[in-house]
Amino acid sequence: MARNVSTQRKIVVTVVAWTIGILIFFPILWTFLTSFKTEAEAIASPPSLFFFDWTTENYHEVQSRSNYFLHFMNSVVVSFGSTLIGLIIAIPSAWAMAFSPTKRTKDVLMWMLSTKMMPSVGVLVPMYLMFRNTGLLDTRTGLVIVLTLINLPIIIWMLYTYFKEIPGEILEAARMDGASLSKEIIYVLTPMAIPGIASTLLLNIILAWNEAFWTLNLSAAKAAPLTAFIASYSSPEGLFYAKLSAASTMAIAPILILGWFSQKQLVRGLTFGAVK
Amino acid sequence: MATLHTRSAARLMIAPSVLLLLAWMIVPLAMTIYFSFLRYNLLMPGMEEFAGFSNYSYFLTDPAFFQAIFNTLAIVLGVLFITVVGGIALALLLDQPMFGQGIVRILVIAPFLIMPTVAALVWKNMFMNPVNGLFAWVAKLFGLQPFDFLANAPLMSVILIVAWQWLPFATLILLTALQSLDEEQKEAAQMDGAGAWSRFIYLVLPHLSRAITVVILIQTIFLLSVFAEILVTTNGGPGTQSTNLTFLVYAQALLQFDVGGASAGGIIAVILANIVAFFLMRMIGKTLEA
Repeated sequence: MARNVSTQRKIVVTVVAWTIGILIFFPILWTFLTSFKTEAEAIASPPSLFFFDWTTENYHEVQSRSNYFLHFMNSVVVSFGSTLIGLIIAIPSAWAMAFSPTKRTKDVLMWMLSTKMMPSVGVLVPMYLMFRNTGLLDTRTGLVIVLTLINLPIIIWMLYTYFKEIPGEILEAARMDGASLSKEIIYVLTPMAIPGIASTLLLNIILAWNEAFWTLNLSAAKAAPLTAFIASYSSPEGLFYAKLSAASTMAIAPILILGWFSQKQLVRGLTFGAVK
Repeated sequence: MATLHTRSAARLMIAPSVLLLLAWMIVPLAMTIYFSFLRYNLLMPGMEEFAGFSNYSYFLTDPAFFQAIFNTLAIVLGVLFITVVGGIALALLLDQPMFGQGIVRILVIAPFLIMPTVAALVWKNMFMNPVNGLFAWVAKLFGLQPFDFLANAPLMSVILIVAWQWLPFATLILLTALQSLDEEQKEAAQMDGAGAWSRFIYLVLPHLSRAITVVILIQTIFLLSVFAEILVTTNGGPGTQSTNLTFLVYAQALLQFDVGGASAGGIIAVILANIVAFFLMRMIGKTLEA
């Protein structure tokens, strides 16, 4: 009898949860569907959910009209570039702080985090002027520099919390068995550190891909990543729903997939390890 | 374990990040402070002169400034209210046994992964547009007059869009916290005759309080600088009805070319954010000791 009640309850919960889940997801689903409609069908009343003539014409149009691929590559270069450079700078620091902490390690970590709290708009003016004077405005290099700096504290923090979990005893054990420092690093530490580094990489690519303050303010036609490119649809161009949808779908699909794989790391990275 | 040798090596390993972040924090911020005391307009190069606090007094007496402060607070508080209440409800729901839990989780998380410009434009055009938007169609279905969201309730529309983006964040973090609640504790409370409501008030909510605080503080940091969503939907308008502090400084700098005024606004934004950051840092600092 009790079992019966709980199955019933489970079904009710399932229906409610799925309904809410689909409602929250609906704008994304709608964008995806609209990207395969013709412009006329996209604004048809009543709107059709699935039963329309599916076409991939919008995707071709978006590419041929505005060189979509360039902006896509800008996003790839800027997000991967800033994340990789950030990792190269951060790994030694996080490593040192996790494995040979001093009295001041905690203060250094907190201070690094505090740089993240500075609102971007507080330094918008000097950054814009410096970029203008050094010719970095609207270049991929410029965007990589800024995004590396704004994400560096998060990268260090995430790596630190992961490295911290590697037990120190395992090092001592390896040393007792006669492993040299280089062997220690290659055979013992690296395999244990890789999952943490991978999660950090993933989360920061997501953050950099979606960053929409500096990319909007420091790039124009040439180096604009997808965030800035899509923003150009806020002009009357945006009234072409099907094309807006096609451009949007291509911009969000890669990150949606990456993000779904890294749900757990998302929580950890975004709360600086305060919630695991 | 740490010898003198490894300690100096450690210092060398930390140095690059410390120096970079130090430069990043000090150089532009010092420049902003310097500019904020200058009369400096990009359209009139070579005319810079010391202006004392006049940029600040200009900013602080501008009616647009108070509107912007009000709007900034409205966005922060409005989004926080929706996401925290909604997040708790959703987390409790998703914590129940059900079929296809993993898929529902994926659906709920999705909005957080959407870039702000896409989210805002999709809502603006395909949902809130008074002629072709889905909401207009639904309104007509019920025989109602379509509502022009962005013209008549611009601030509320921005709040709705931003809340949609941040609801998954709150849900995900609260759900993670909820799952660390001891099952046995819940069972014990149930055995003692505690109903669902009192279990929620006396057991679940206190357990979640830490996670809720983290959600509020982190979201506040990000919500104080909402920008892209405003830029592509209302452009701060009509008038300054949906201009927040970040957008006001942006407009002053890159549309009016008033470097001095924008810098003063930027410094005010930094001070506001620091007040919040102070509390957040204390929270996170405590976890380092644990």
